[in-house]
Amino acid sequence: MTGTGTTVLAAQAHGFLSPTGVEVVFLLVGLVTLGAAVVTVTTKQLVHAALWLVVALGGLAVEYLLLTAEFIAWVQVLIYVGSVVVLLLFGLMLTKAPIGRSPDADSGNRWAALGVAVAAAAALVWVVADAFRTTWIGLDGDAPQGTTKVSGEILFRHWVLPFEALSVLLLAALVGAIVLSRKRGKEEKR
Amino acid sequence: MHLVYPAVLAALLFCTGLYGVLARRNAILVLMSVELMLNAVNLNLVAFDVWLRDELHAGQALTLFTIAIAAAEIGIGLAIVLQVHRNRGTADVDRLRDLRDDAPDAGSDTERADREEKAEAAA
Repeated sequence: MTGTGTTVLAAQAHGFLSPTGVEVVFLLVGLVTLGAAVVTVTTKQLVHAALWLVVALGGLAVEYLLLTAEFIAWVQVLIYVGSVVVLLLFGLMLTKAPIGRSPDADSGNRWAALGVAVAAAAALVWVVADAFRTTWIGLDGDAPQGTTKVSGEILFRHWVLPFEALSVLLLAALVGAIVLSRKRGKEEKR
Repeated sequence: MHLVYPAVLAALLFCTGLYGVLARRNAILVLMSVELMLNAVNLNLVAFDVWLRDELHAGQALTLFTIAIAAAEIGIGLAIVLQVHRNRGTADVDRLRDLRDDAPDAGSDTERADREEKAEAAA
């Protein structure tokens, strides 16, 4: 109870018109991230979409760093920027995606999609801003929140079983991807 | 930091991904938009974890799990897309309409309502 009380008091002490340095950096990086995401979903050049996705995901890694979740940020850089985007680029190459502008990158229902997205954005932003406008995150606490030490301790002390189940899931996904993409030579010969 | 900033950024990123999923024609671009939506959820998880100062850090653990599951999903998804492309010669989701109801005007209204009821019962 006292914790929430102090949070509310702190939020009242911190107005929106006098942002801290972290908030300014967060806003600027957030604008870059959002812009890159919008370009990713609207550009006509398929390979450029994957490259703008790198910018968006890297911006999100910086946001994690600003939120003191250090380990998550580096995992984001390693897995998303390092492997997922490379996989997507390989997929684009293997499906013979056209280099250059492809006029049919968007389907015919893009205006309906735009309507749905704008309506969802308006509703979500309204609700979220109304619910959390006085909530303050104290980032400069005494206990570190997201260093590698803390993350490793909680992961291997409290979340061991889900972690191991996740490794089994990854193995299953790996085997499944191999089985799916293998050429079925034997069955065609028969 | 105000919690509003990460929450609003996550909502906007999610809606950007939503637009991409609905509007894109190439299946790989749809997968990219799905990644954007997953990342928006991750940002929310991290922000709320830092705000609540959870003892177990459930938000950060769940974020790591989401990242791993997203990696698995992208691998399987790309394998399926490649297989579809190998079989059909296209990866456009608009052209994959084998399951489409081909003749929407064929049956009368009662028949269609009957069919929909059956589909709902089966679901």
